Amino acid sequence: MSVLAVAREAYESALPALGASVVGGLLAGVVLGGMQAELRAVPGLLVLVPALLATRGNVYGSLGARLSTGLHQGLVEPRVDLGNRRLRGAMAAALANGLLASAVAAVAVFLILTALGDAVAPVTTLVAVSLVAGLLSGVALTAVVVVVVFAGYRRGRDPDTLVGPVVTTTGDVVGVAFLLLAVRLVLALGGGA
Amino acid sequence: MTTDWTVRAITRAMLPVLLVMTMVEVGSGLVLGTFEAELYQYPTLLVLVPVTIGTAGNLGSVLASRLSTAFHLGTLDFSATDESLAGNAVATVALAVTLFPVVGAGAWGLQSLLGGARLSVGTVVWISLLSGAVLAVLAVGITLGATYVAYRYRLDPDDVVLPVVTNSCDVLGVVVLFAVVQLTL
Repeated sequence: MSVLAVAREAYESALPALGASVVGGLLAGVVLGGMQAELRAVPGLLVLVPALLATRGNVYGSLGARLSTGLHQGLVEPRVDLGNRRLRGAMAAALANGLLASAVAAVAVFLILTALGDAVAPVTTLVAVSLVAGLLSGVALTAVVVVVVFAGYRRGRDPDTLVGPVVTTTGDVVGVAFLLLAVRLVLALGGGA
Repeated sequence: MTTDWTVRAITRAMLPVLLVMTMVEVGSGLVLGTFEAELYQYPTLLVLVPVTIGTAGNLGSVLASRLSTAFHLGTLDFSATDESLAGNAVATVALAVTLFPVVGAGAWGLQSLLGGARLSVGTVVWISLLSGAVLAVLAVGITLGATYVAYRYRLDPDDVVLPVVTNSCDVLGVVVLFAVVQLTL
């Protein structure tokens, strides 16, 4: 194939998924743009945003990849069965690792900003916001990934090609939306003081 | 490859890399923190943040997984006449130049609808396009470099290249956006 033919093929096959994730990213941006009051009320939260969003993508993207490999290998059935030990293990591991990484990011941001002498919210506030946001978005993304991978597989689609775009598109929106909810909850409970 | 599907086994396989990537992303957050004032002054820029980071990472990961497939099929040879290498690199830049103006216009449009945009549509599209073009070139460079290292040391690019490329493009997304905003405003 000539360079141009390769380029055209690559361009055309990537454009739909990238376009969809642009829409998701813009919606996430709108929510982020609308939460300036919360970002100001919790100094250091803005610094946490990239780590929290990336954790969603890394953890739930890997859950999706694991599930689709499991389907291909016949390790799991494409049914949502919470009695299935493998499925439960994969979901619990994703949630646990997501929460751990979110808490570590919050503590790291607190320590670094404190060392730099920048304004930063109490470490308990940052950790609480990270954990609540991680839990809520984790539950939502687990449900989305499991349903999309299983439903896609049952309809004869290759789950490997579904996971990436679905996680990048929903991960940012769900991540930012639950981050907003989590900050409001924690502030309402008096965590901002 | 087939790890046991228990919390313990999955965590052992995943957590070290996850924590390293989390710290890299904290670094990108620190860069974001340095232009907090501009972001609050022009909320349209705040709207651009997740989509710029995400699209940069996606462009890198699409290129990485395509080169990885070419690598596994044996059609990748890193010579100056390698069509799959050049073609995929050209496609990455073309995708960026198509998508980022849409990103800028979309961010401006949504912000105008919701809260009023203080920046002109031309400025936002320009910031987005310039950031996107620079990011595409950087993504191509990093992906080629990481794939070349995997190729030379006979590592599976699926394991190595993808996480490296996605997360470094995330960080560069913030850095480049910051630099372009400083140049433009």
